[in-house]
Amino acid sequence: MIALSQVSRIFAVGDQQVAALRDIDLNIAAGDYVSIMGPSGSGKSTLLNLIGLLDRPSSGTYRLDGGNVTDLTDEQQARARSEKVGFVFQAFHLVPRLTAAMNIELPLILAGIPAAERKARVAQLLDNYGLADRADHRPDQLSGGQRQRVAIARATSMHPAVLLADEPTGNLDQATGKEVMNLLEQLVAQQVALIVVTHDPAIGGRATRQVRMVDGQIISDTRGSSS
Amino acid sequence: MKLPDILLFASGSLRGSRTRTLLMMLAMSIGVAAVVVLTGLGEGARRYVINQFSSLGTNLVIVLPGRTETAGLGPGMLLGQIPRELSLDDAQALLRSRAIGRIAPLTVGSSEISQGALNREVVVLGSTAELLEIRHMSLGQGQFLPAGDVHSSESVCVLGAKIKRELFGQQQAIGARVRLGDRRFRVIGVMASQGESMGFNTDDLVIIPVASAHMLFNTSGLFRILVEAKSRDAIQRAVSDAEQILFQRHNGERDVTVITQDAVLATFDRILRALTLAVGGIAAISLAVAGILIMNVMLIAVSQRVKEIGLLKALGAPAAQIRNLFFAEAILLSGIGSVAGLVLGEIGTRVIAQIYPSLPVAAPWWAVLAAFGTALGTGILFSVWPARRAARLDPVMALARS
Repeated sequence: MIALSQVSRIFAVGDQQVAALRDIDLNIAAGDYVSIMGPSGSGKSTLLNLIGLLDRPSSGTYRLDGGNVTDLTDEQQARARSEKVGFVFQAFHLVPRLTAAMNIELPLILAGIPAAERKARVAQLLDNYGLADRADHRPDQLSGGQRQRVAIARATSMHPAVLLADEPTGNLDQATGKEVMNLLEQLVAQQVALIVVTHDPAIGGRATRQVRMVDGQIISDTRGSSS
Repeated sequence: MKLPDILLFASGSLRGSRTRTLLMMLAMSIGVAAVVVLTGLGEGARRYVINQFSSLGTNLVIVLPGRTETAGLGPGMLLGQIPRELSLDDAQALLRSRAIGRIAPLTVGSSEISQGALNREVVVLGSTAELLEIRHMSLGQGQFLPAGDVHSSESVCVLGAKIKRELFGQQQAIGARVRLGDRRFRVIGVMASQGESMGFNTDDLVIIPVASAHMLFNTSGLFRILVEAKSRDAIQRAVSDAEQILFQRHNGERDVTVITQDAVLATFDRILRALTLAVGGIAAISLAVAGILIMNVMLIAVSQRVKEIGLLKALGAPAAQIRNLFFAEAILLSGIGSVAGLVLGEIGTRVIAQIYPSLPVAAPWWAVLAAFGTALGTGILFSVWPARRAARLDPVMALARS
């Protein structure tokens, strides 16, 4: 599904070249549940952005779903993002003036899907995530857990092959965080590749595969869940 | 992303910041309304002048005795001659031209009018029945001068409204007799009150047949001949025919001046149109200002909505789509603003028309179109930069901002 080989990402900070990622080799299959852990500045967010096609590697190649996506144009990247990648953010990133239903609908609107089909899919998603009675509420009328559920529903609305979650429980209390993780983990059963970036060992430990990063390099990649 | 969705999304984000949106629309609509009202005023002034001219008569050609030339002293001057006067027969001869429809000879003099114990000085106009039609005058009561032989000097007169009021008050004037100089005239009609029109006040006149006027003032010359060309296109031919006919009748001397009201009118028309354009142009500057305001506010909107833009990109919106969304916002904003402006301008012109009913205020269609186009154009033009800026945002940076 995801194949990174010899991927580096170098940022220019002033005159200096700072390598956020160095020679990363990483393969992730459909249905994999991977957590990426490491201290701040270890490059885990950069890796996530690269996988999510929000960024491009400085060197190396990236193959997603069989195709080489290393050197796509902005337009092609956007299209691939729309079709293959779903994002869940720490800060939810819901559009404040749109209702829950409209937030979930957003990727479908952007992809140009006909209104009738959109309505059906949104109704299904609201139902799946227990948000049917919150459909017309705006984000500021929802609890943190509900907001993150809206965000997950939105991320899955285009049936992505890869779901990227950046500290998905960072703004939630423990109980709600667990609930959200359960929802994300259900997607793994549907052959979605779930990648979770986190500081929290308790969250990271839930994954079936744990990747540790330090200084832009993968220092360990272990299989087997501790939970 | 489909067009209805783009518009829906854009209108949603406009509604999201209501005050900002309303203020921008206000700026836009004031600009458009200013153009509409000011050009309407200019156009109203132009039409007012044209109406004034055409109230003198349409397709009018005026023949005056004497010729104004800058060629110095003519031989006639040295011999103590005065220009040959225009006679009634000269006037009748003009009807030979096929370009000329009607004529009305005019003689002017002043005389004392008296009725009973009342008397005053009046301007007496000698003319024929055609004058009423050619000069677009209107009769209040009775009838105008009788048609027929121009040489017949009937003792009848038509009074101006003010003269009638002063001599007769509320009493019936038709059929009564008044004394003009040493002759008695029967009143057969009273003019409707029209007020001043280009310096001629018909309220203050007494009109009698031209032959009677000649007898009254003991002359045979005419002050003017009013000639009505058959159509607008025939005016030039009427002028040259009139010159030709009088040239022949006056033994090969060009001693009359023929002027057209059209030439005077055209000059006024040009001046006032230029004025309208200038005023409209000044108002259009306010539209440009509104455009810059839109740019400013859109730029603020872009920086306020950085996160949203980053999110849209993460959700798969390509740069072009983001740009379109901001464009759509600007178009909606300036579109609705200019429609509101047109309505506002229309209300403004109506109010002015209420206050000054004599001024035919109405914005010309080209000004309305130009105002609308300029508003929409500046709205779009000035949103290019903000839209590009939004489209170029790096989603990673945009999302990282909190």
